[in-house]
Amino acid sequence: MRIPIALVVALMVASGQYFVPAAPAATVGPVTDPVGVVKIEKDRSITIAYWLVVAGPDASLGIDSRRGVEIAIDDKNGRVAGHRIRLIGEDTGCNAEGGVTAATKLSANKAIVAAIGSNCSSEAVPGAPILWKAGIVTVSPSNTAPKLTAADRGPTYDGYLRTAHNDKVQGRVAAEFAFKVLKLKKAATIHDGSPYAEGLQGVFAETFKKLGGAVTAQEAIGPTDTDMKPVLTKIAVGKPEIIYYPIFTSAGGHVTRQAKEVSGLAGVKLMGADGMFSPDFLKAAGDGAKGMYLSSPDLSPEALGPAYGRFQEKHQKKYGEKPLSAFHAHAYDAAMMIFAAIEKVAKKDSAGNTYIGRKALRDALFATKAFKGLTGTLTCDKNGDCADPKIAVYQVVSADPVKWDAGKDPKKIYP
Amino acid sequence: MQSSLMRRFSLVDVYLWAFRIMVLVVVIWGTFGTIMARRYPGEVWIDFVVFGLSQGSIYALIALGYTMVYGILRMINFAHGEVFMSGAYTGYFVAAAFGRSGYLDRNPVVSLLVVLAVAMITSTAIALLLERVAYRPLRRAPRLVPLIAAIGASFFLQYAFRGFFGSGFQAYPETQVLKGTWAIAGINILRTQAVVIVASVLMMLGLYAFVMRTKTGTAMRAVSEDREAAALMGINVDRAIVTAFAVGSSMAGAAGFLYAIVFKQVHFFMGFTPGIKAFTAAVLGGIGNIPGAMLGGLFLGLFESVGPILFLDGLGIVAPYQLKDVIAFTMLVMVLIFRPSGIMGERLEVKKA
Repeated sequence: MRIPIALVVALMVASGQYFVPAAPAATVGPVTDPVGVVKIEKDRSITIAYWLVVAGPDASLGIDSRRGVEIAIDDKNGRVAGHRIRLIGEDTGCNAEGGVTAATKLSANKAIVAAIGSNCSSEAVPGAPILWKAGIVTVSPSNTAPKLTAADRGPTYDGYLRTAHNDKVQGRVAAEFAFKVLKLKKAATIHDGSPYAEGLQGVFAETFKKLGGAVTAQEAIGPTDTDMKPVLTKIAVGKPEIIYYPIFTSAGGHVTRQAKEVSGLAGVKLMGADGMFSPDFLKAAGDGAKGMYLSSPDLSPEALGPAYGRFQEKHQKKYGEKPLSAFHAHAYDAAMMIFAAIEKVAKKDSAGNTYIGRKALRDALFATKAFKGLTGTLTCDKNGDCADPKIAVYQVVSADPVKWDAGKDPKKIYP
Repeated sequence: MQSSLMRRFSLVDVYLWAFRIMVLVVVIWGTFGTIMARRYPGEVWIDFVVFGLSQGSIYALIALGYTMVYGILRMINFAHGEVFMSGAYTGYFVAAAFGRSGYLDRNPVVSLLVVLAVAMITSTAIALLLERVAYRPLRRAPRLVPLIAAIGASFFLQYAFRGFFGSGFQAYPETQVLKGTWAIAGINILRTQAVVIVASVLMMLGLYAFVMRTKTGTAMRAVSEDREAAALMGINVDRAIVTAFAVGSSMAGAAGFLYAIVFKQVHFFMGFTPGIKAFTAAVLGGIGNIPGAMLGGLFLGLFESVGPILFLDGLGIVAPYQLKDVIAFTMLVMVLIFRPSGIMGERLEVKKA
C-alpha cells in the first residue's frame, strides 16, 4: 500500500514536530529554567535587542534612548559575562501596530537574551506580552503610562520592567506646579488616545481637582491630526487658564502653533510633558513654544550628580551633539541593569559556553535593589517599577531647536 | 396581498430605511441636544465654519486631481496624495532658504508666490513622470492593473522622499505677514485661512473656466465622454490625458503649499491622510465631476470641523474630536449607500467603457 506523499507532509506539518526544533528544554547544560535557557557558545556574542522608535516623526525619542544603550555598552568595553555584546533592534513607530510588529519579529529570534524598550506606552501595551511569551524580559527606558506597572497588570506583563518614572509622579508634579506655583485655578487637557497621554492627563486632572482647581475640558485628538483649531475653539469656550497636553512632538507642535491663533486662547498658558521634551518639538512648534512649560525627568547636575556630566561628555564626543530627548540616561540605566543581572545569573561550563536561564534573569532584574544608576538609586518593586523618579518643570526660552540645552534652554524652573 | 407587499418591499429596502431613520434620529437628537445646551456662542460657530471651509478647500483642491484623472481615464490615481506631498516638501526647501536669508519677510508676496510656483511645478512634473512611466504603458491593461501600479507608485514616492530627506519632519518658516487676523465683514479670520480660502476659490474658478471655455478643456471633456469618437474627430487623446494629469496635479501642488502655510510641518508620509480624505471628498461629490469634487471637499471639511460638536457633543460623547475621522468616513459610507453616484455624480445610465 502506498501512502500519498501529500498526506505524510500534511501529517508532519500538523504534528509540527518534524520541522520546528523542540521548544527550549528546561535543562540545558548546567542550568535548569522553567521558561527557557539561552546557550551562548564560547567566543560568540550575547544578543541584546532594542525596540525603540528610531524612525519617523518621533524618532528623536528612540535615537536618544539607543544612544544611551550604546554608551552603556561602551562603558562595559563591549563585553558582559565574558562575551561581546551584540545590539540589534527594531523600529516601533510609536504606535500599537509598530509595537506588535517589532515584538513579534524579536520574539522569533531565540538568541536574544533581553530587550530594551519600548519608548511609547502604546507600543508596550501589546508588545511586552509578546516578548515575554517568548521568554524575553524587557526593560523600558521611557514608558510612563501608569497601567503598565499597575498591580492588576496581569501575568502576561511578568517580563516587563521600566527605569522611567511612573506618570503618577509626573502628572502630580505637573498639576502641583500649575496650581501652586503658577497659581492657576482652571485647566483643560488634551490627549491623543495613547495610553501614555490618556493616563498622564488623567493623573494631572485628578490631582488638579484634588488641589482645588477646576478642569474645564478633557478633550482628545487623533495622533496624526493636523487641524487642532476646532478642538481648541471648543476648549476656549470653557475659558481655561492653562492647557495641559502631554502628547508627542508632531501633534504637540500643531497644538502649540494653533493655540495662539484661536480667539480666546491668546493669554492661556501651555504645558506639555516628556514626550515633547526634544529640540524636534521646537521645530514642530515654532515660535508658539516660547514661554511654554514642559515637565520632564530632571537632568540637572544637582539632581543627577557628576556621573551624568561624564555621560554627557561621552555623548558629545561620540555623536557630536547634545542628547536629543529626555530618556538617554534611563536607557543607559536599563542596559546597565540588564548587564548586571546577566552577570549575576550566567553560568559557564567547562568548555567555556555560557548559559542564561530566562526566568532566572527576569527574577534577577526584579530583585534589583539600590542599584546606582545615572538617574538615581534604582530599586524594582514587584510590578516592575524601578525608577528613582525626579521630575522637573522646564520653561522654553528661545524656541530655537539649535540652542536646545536642557536645563538652560529650556530652563529648569521647578523644583 | 401579503406576498405582493413582500415583493414591493424587499428585506434590503426595509433595512436601508431603518438605517436611514436611525442615522437621522441620531443626527437630529445630537444637534438638538447641542443647540439646547447653548454652551457655544454664535462667534464660535462662525469660527468652526471658517476652519471647516479652509480645511475643506484644501481637500477640494486635492480632490480635483482624483476626479479629473478618473473622469478621463476611469482610474483612481492613488499616488495623488504623494503628488501633493512632493509639492509641499519641495516648497519647504525654497521657503526655508528664503526664511534663512530674510527675503521671506522683506518680500513676502514674491517669495510666497515663488514657493507656490515651485510646489505646483514639482507636483506637475512628478505626476507627468508617473503618467509616462507607470500609467501609459498600462492604458490597455485591465482596470485593476493601473490601480495596483498607482499604489506601487505611491509607496515608491513616499520611500524615495524618506530616503532622500529623512524620516523626520521639517517645518516651514513663519511668515510675519500671515500672522494674526483680518477683520472681514465683522468676523475675525486668521490670515492664513483667508489666503487659503481665497486662493483655492480663485484656482477652482480658473480651472473650471479652463475646462469649460478653452479648446483644450473641450478636448478633455470630449475624451472623457468617448475616447474613440474623440480620436476619430482628430483630438490628440494622449495630449488630453496628459493635460488632465498636469492640471490636476498642479492643483495638488498648490494644495500642498496652502497646507504647508497653515500647518507648517512636512514629512514623507504627510500625503496619506489628506490623500484619503480628498479621495473621500471626490467620491462624496461624485467622482468624475469637477464641481462635485469642489463641493465634496468643502462639505467634508465642514463636517469634520462642525460635525463632532454638532452631532456628538449633544449626545453626551466625551472628547468628540477624537471621532472626527469617524464622522468623515461615516458620511462616505452613507453617500455610497444612498446615493452611490455622489452629490453631483453623473448618472451612469450611459455606461462608459
